[in-house]
Amino acid sequence: MKLLVRNGRVIDPATGTDAVQDVLVQDGTIAATGARLERGAVEGAEVLDAGGLVVCPGLIDIHVHLREPGYEYKETIRTGTRAAAAGGFTAVCGMANTDPVNDNRAVTDYILAKARAEASVRVYPIGAVTRGLAGKELAELAELAEAGCVAFSDDGRAVMNAELYRRAMEYTLPFGCPVISHAEDTTLSHGACMNEGTVSTELGLKGAPAAAEDTMVARDILLAELTGAHVHIAHLSTAGAVRLVREAKARGVRVTAEAAPHHLVLTDEAVRGYDPNTKMNPPLRSRRDVEALVEGLADGTVDCVATDHAPHALAEKEGEYDRAANGIVGLETAVSLLLDRLVRPGLLDLPTLVARMSTGPARVLNLPGGTLAPGAPADITLLDPGREVTVDPSRFESRSRNTPFGGWRLRGAPAATIVGGKLIWRTGGGFTG
Amino acid sequence: MAWKRKDLLTIQELDPAEITLVIDTAASLREIGGREIKKVPTLRGKTIVNLFYEPSTRTRTSFEIAGKWLSADVINFAASTSSIGKGETLLDTARNIEAMSPDVVVVRHSSAGAAEMLARHLRCGVVNAGDGAHEHPTQALLDLLTIRERKGHLDGLQVAIVGDIAHSRVARSNIHGMRKLGMTVTVAGPPTLIPPHVQEFGVKVSHRLEDAIRDVDVIMMLRLQQERMTAGLIPSLREYSRYWGLTLDRLRASARADVLIMHPGPVNRGVELSPEVADGPYSVILEQTGNGVAVRMAVLFLLAGTRVTQEAA
Repeated sequence: MKLLVRNGRVIDPATGTDAVQDVLVQDGTIAATGARLERGAVEGAEVLDAGGLVVCPGLIDIHVHLREPGYEYKETIRTGTRAAAAGGFTAVCGMANTDPVNDNRAVTDYILAKARAEASVRVYPIGAVTRGLAGKELAELAELAEAGCVAFSDDGRAVMNAELYRRAMEYTLPFGCPVISHAEDTTLSHGACMNEGTVSTELGLKGAPAAAEDTMVARDILLAELTGAHVHIAHLSTAGAVRLVREAKARGVRVTAEAAPHHLVLTDEAVRGYDPNTKMNPPLRSRRDVEALVEGLADGTVDCVATDHAPHALAEKEGEYDRAANGIVGLETAVSLLLDRLVRPGLLDLPTLVARMSTGPARVLNLPGGTLAPGAPADITLLDPGREVTVDPSRFESRSRNTPFGGWRLRGAPAATIVGGKLIWRTGGGFTG
Repeated sequence: MAWKRKDLLTIQELDPAEITLVIDTAASLREIGGREIKKVPTLRGKTIVNLFYEPSTRTRTSFEIAGKWLSADVINFAASTSSIGKGETLLDTARNIEAMSPDVVVVRHSSAGAAEMLARHLRCGVVNAGDGAHEHPTQALLDLLTIRERKGHLDGLQVAIVGDIAHSRVARSNIHGMRKLGMTVTVAGPPTLIPPHVQEFGVKVSHRLEDAIRDVDVIMMLRLQQERMTAGLIPSLREYSRYWGLTLDRLRASARADVLIMHPGPVNRGVELSPEVADGPYSVILEQTGNGVAVRMAVLFLLAGTRVTQEAA
């Protein structure tokens, strides 16, 4: 089976390509890319015209809450991966805070079996660091790695016990997959529901200081230095944390970091009006933090974008602000938000954005993909930088609608998603796979 | 000018003319309380629901009396006696109450923003009677009425607000109201009880009681909640009282002879205020309570009464 993606602007950060080319896919892998592919090679291929579109390695979101098992009313592996495909992602990593927690092989096996049967894109599970996410004792990390977990994280909660976290880093060294830190000193942030600053004072909501994140990022960098382990910082959100990661990288510490689209485009000013869809953890920060984060994304301090897609039911997000659940859905808005708010005003160039959403995340977690080089899996995303969209949560593939971006008019959108050589989704045509 | 708002949610959103309108209206309605028969027909046939999710004696009673003097039917929902205790959400409770067609819902809730949320969902008027640490607009209005009555004007006056500013909705509403009406405000307390960036609201910050109360026209003392100690914000009530308690000696040493002492209540006697000060000649605490009824009559009248006028017109 052959597929020819013809005449698109091919951007492959892994090979430094940025040119109008064709991409030939055969039997699920990239067979060739080039301006003039041999006629014999492309003969009989199904043709996908990518004229005017960007063709790039499949986007990978390494921070997604798929909610299954346990919270199927919020999201399932089926709906979450459909949302991913419709958002231009070809692979997602599912966080461990399901019910039961993904802290043992049986749960990992269940997730992978469900994914094989129902997922639209590739699913890589992330195992818990500690049993039940309780922060008390290590989960069975070796068996989780063997079962297919690509990283370990208690995401949603910080592991406050520094010694236990040190041991987790040491124990997982031989597996070659990082520990992902939800960096939050909860003794500094307890009870908080937004960023601490002028707006929290005005609104009378308890704020978490940026220092709650910074101190934990500093601790985890020091532990990575101590153990030689690779620590990945989830949802970086403060200027201080960007500075700490930048310094640590310069020192040669094995630290990587991600940033979420909402932290790159919104500030805590958005909390005015008390819309619970502006509540997440870490919270929306100050203008200065947003600027530092964008700068970090541009210069590579921040390795990748990850959405922290966190679906919640309406009842969990419509009530009192301080009692509402943390998090928003992100898979179906990420590409448009970043194209419109970062690339269009020139804060980030398009090849860098592609790198931070494909090659970057693949490298952070050692995942297949992230390139269009021959031999790579044929996971390809097509982007339409010119298409105007209006965010309409009622049409989300996700089971949940919790987004602060409803009604936003944005320029730039995903155009098609190809996984393993199969066209899964395309604009207008919807799901084809 | 005429009142145009469906709700009264914050002082922050009001302009000076609106604040003055409420205070003027309250001043004109206050004489009802001095009549032998304390009842006027202004809100006859109107229904007012008090929806209180936090314990309150003063504010709830004050709204109830205000509504009754204006001949409205006043119904109280309290957390202990209604389905609030059965796990019904605030929004569901409010929608159910609205189905009974009230004209105004008065809500107090521990969550900041709760009143705004209700106002978005309900067609009837909503009065914020205190939402978390956010705002308590009728308290600020009654404080302003009390000050204006005593001093004859508001513009140019200097005020010190002392104590737990960080957790105080009374402080926030008063800061907005006083600034809008041309008053100078100093907030004072130990740094742990001063909210971050509060200077950006146009107030001065002081960490010494004697400095804060020097030469001011009004001293507003705030209640110190016991739980601030367990949260590690102050070491002990004893130490707080030693440095931040307003005693007669301290008052005489630093404050003007014509200073007004205010407190939104309930007073922790011997903690933030010594009994001689609370009951002494400087204190206008009971006048505040009396003016509370007048201000709430004004607010209920403006919210529930003007619609009658509009419909008639």
